[in-house]
Amino acid sequence: MRVNFTVNGVEQTADDVWEGESLLYVLRERVGLPGSKNACEQGECGSCTVYLDGTPVCACLVAAGQAEGREVRTVEGLADGERLDPIQEAFVECGAVQCGFCTPGLLVQAHDLIERVPEPSDPEIREALAGNLCRCTGYEKILDAVRLAAARKAEAGR
Amino acid sequence: MTMTPAKVPRELDSPLDGGVGESRRRPDGTLKVTGEFAYSSDLWLEGMLWGVTLRSPHPRARIRSIDVSEALAHPGVEAVLTHEDVPGFKFYGLEHKDQPVLAIDQVRYQGEPVALVAADHPEVARRAAAKIKVDYEVLTPITDARRAAFDPDCEKVHEDGNVVRHQPVIFGGDVAEARAGADVIVSETFEVGIQDQAFLGPESGLAVPGEDGGVDLYVATQWMHSDLWQIAPCLGLPEEKVRMTMAGVGGAFGGREDLSMQIHAAMLAMRTGKPVKIVYNREESFFGHVHRHPARMRYEYGATRDGKLVFAEAEIILDGGAYASSTPNVVGNAASLGVGPYKIPSIRVDAYGVYTNNPPCGAMRGFGAVQACFAYESMMDRMAAALGLDPVTFRQINAAHPGDALATGQVLEHMAPLAEMLGRLKAMPMPPERDAAGHDLRELPGGVSNTTHGEGVRRGVGYGVGIKNICFSEGFDDYSTARVRLSIIGGEPTVLVHTSAAEVGQGLVTLKAQIARSELGVRRVTIAPADNQVGSAGSSSASRQSYMTGGAVKVACEAVRERMFKLFEERLGRPPASLAEAVEHLPEVLGDEVIDETREFHHHRTERMDPVTGQANSHTQLAICVHRAVVDVDVELGLVKVVELAAVQDVGKIMNPLSLEGQIHGGTAQGLGLALMEEIVVADGKVRNPSFTDYLIPTILDMPPMRLDILEYADPRAPYGLRGAGEPPTLSSTPAIVAAIRDASGLALTRVPVRPEHIAGSS
Ligand code: FES
Ligand code: FES
Repeated sequence: MRVNFTVNGVEQTADDVWEGESLLYVLRERVGLPGSKNACEQGECGSCTVYLDGTPVCACLVAAGQAEGREVRTVEGLADGERLDPIQEAFVECGAVQCGFCTPGLLVQAHDLIERVPEPSDPEIREALAGNLCRCTGYEKILDAVRLAAARKAEAGR
Repeated sequence: MTMTPAKVPRELDSPLDGGVGESRRRPDGTLKVTGEFAYSSDLWLEGMLWGVTLRSPHPRARIRSIDVSEALAHPGVEAVLTHEDVPGFKFYGLEHKDQPVLAIDQVRYQGEPVALVAADHPEVARRAAAKIKVDYEVLTPITDARRAAFDPDCEKVHEDGNVVRHQPVIFGGDVAEARAGADVIVSETFEVGIQDQAFLGPESGLAVPGEDGGVDLYVATQWMHSDLWQIAPCLGLPEEKVRMTMAGVGGAFGGREDLSMQIHAAMLAMRTGKPVKIVYNREESFFGHVHRHPARMRYEYGATRDGKLVFAEAEIILDGGAYASSTPNVVGNAASLGVGPYKIPSIRVDAYGVYTNNPPCGAMRGFGAVQACFAYESMMDRMAAALGLDPVTFRQINAAHPGDALATGQVLEHMAPLAEMLGRLKAMPMPPERDAAGHDLRELPGGVSNTTHGEGVRRGVGYGVGIKNICFSEGFDDYSTARVRLSIIGGEPTVLVHTSAAEVGQGLVTLKAQIARSELGVRRVTIAPADNQVGSAGSSSASRQSYMTGGAVKVACEAVRERMFKLFEERLGRPPASLAEAVEHLPEVLGDEVIDETREFHHHRTERMDPVTGQANSHTQLAICVHRAVVDVDVELGLVKVVELAAVQDVGKIMNPLSLEGQIHGGTAQGLGLALMEEIVVADGKVRNPSFTDYLIPTILDMPPMRLDILEYADPRAPYGLRGAGEPPTLSSTPAIVAAIRDASGLALTRVPVRPEHIAGSS
């Protein structure tokens, strides 16, 4: 089958897609955007989190066909050209990135959180990121990064 | 023309300032947050095939026949391979070459690779693999490690017997005599379940056939040269025809020390003449790498009434599963560190590594020291309770100090005194009491499942101490190689650092740049991708890379600096007044010339353990971390919420505060996982939970805030005085958490992970 959708503002067409293929597979293997990660392909780890029409979803749980005509935003679409999004900047600055395999999914999820909740409390951050596994950091630096990005965003909005 | 994947590991520019001791940004940080970093599962080449592995569903069986004809006829399939197609030597392994590349006539564990398929789509390959007909004669698996080790009637997993290694440690006076003189004796049997590394980036890579009959491999591994030394003979190729490049590694924790898909992908690429990519899914990953050895440990301690330990006796049985992997060295660690950093006049430890038909076990962060640590720390608490002493005081009374000998006779040197570390830990502020009213549900055991509003919840506090060897032990000539090149690019002195060391997430790329900047005084430092065009760096394991590859980069920089000073003197007729002056004049002094130096760094020699007494200076360096855990336990439902973890660790020298804290946090989290949730459940040799649905690792909701106190007692033999830091916190957090649960619940809890039914009494 053929799937037409928009990724990071660019219209994409994927041909010869099998009905069993996930959005994650199509992104990674057919449209050349392997930024979203494949750590479980079962909806358990959050590494594949992308925006689908503005809502974070696990791309591994979305059938490719379901993306037809819709808008997807991935980690590759968070930065504004060369300028990193504040959440990306904060992750690097705070040491929230080790191996970085969890990072793309966490960035999308955290980006969504601070869009929705201007200055999230620690329990709110923990709850929002509970579906994103990280094996390296023990999450302390990830909390630091989300707090920092949220504070900077609030500061900029003031 | 050689084909290069669309996405390849590239040179990393490091930020323009920041030497040793500073928290610098990771040179690969921007690539990782923009999704541009090329992990091993991201590689892609036009026309590449997908490889799939057919694995045994049985833990033990004879293979009567394999029929691949139907699979081969499946449209889209380009190759189906079995052991008969292995071009060279058919076995590999880290220490014993006991593992077949593909099963030959029998399988010894569930998930053992039997055949390979390459096809144009992964799903095509999977469906074709399902059409391979393997005729198995199923046998009863050998699953009881104790029986496998000691029952002479037990069948053998391999012809040469079931005990991979038995290492005794006999120290001081006779244990039987000491027992007679003890006022109090306690004994217990402990168990540790199988823990998985659960790195997030699955085993994966790309093999590209070369025109010279060789192969280019892009893989994620911990030690490229060890891979190479195993791969080349199996492919029947000279080492120079196996060109390896490190692709991005999505975590490792020991799980990438053994080979997984490397030889398989290369075989398929060489057979088809096309690039072949293999990516395991999560389920396959649980079968695709070795795990932490499960352990059964019987301990007995005696002490005098005033709190002095007089003897310790331990039997540690580590189930290595079907193949040896690194079992021999895991046994060495469990034996030599079997009673921890305590001064005990009479010690007898017997550690065994055993073959069974259970999942193969090998390296995981903490490497044999983790299992023993849970047992000896539980014993310390048990004995303290029997004596009516505070657990911290009891540990302080018996703590080994610098100058004291461990069980192997090796004397502790140049490190923080344990008693003082414990004092600092105990003095750290406690988290606030849970207030009875108005608490956030999310902070209670059970969380938003709303299982309690505080009723049945009790708080507990526990302590844990862990000692880990840093670098390879037991006489191994451990070394790393670094190449450092200095040239003028665009008018600016630029340093390129090139090693084959694996960046697995720990931040070695940052550290290499910091060292180069400190040693050479230049701003611009670039890190070359890791490949085998430079000598071995050894493994990214045993907390050794800061010490070893850090050391290699340092000595290579020193050689470059010497050359730089010499050139300065030749051209300007006098030596430079300072490094800064030499660097300032570099553009004119160096011109178009390049200084390029490669150096090896070896740590001081260690000794093999005596096979009878275990006595030896077997370890390069030792490192201690101590943890305090505060937990809330719902004793009715058996649910645990870790409220806070505090740690004191001696790291010799803080090289990069941010990365260091990240290592301690991450190591602590894996220890929490082992204490509370992580276990590969095996029944009759079969894994019951190979998924992240059923094998749980800590989420951000499970992890508490962590308080750190980092000490710097320099080790004069190590570069910058540093001490490896990644593993010790993985040891000590587990027993601290279990001790805290015991404190809250009053239960004995002799097994990890502690499950709700162990606390609520429903098992
Ligand atoms: S890969 Fe989608 S949730 Fe894990
Ligand atoms: S940084 Fe490695 S999994 Fe999160």
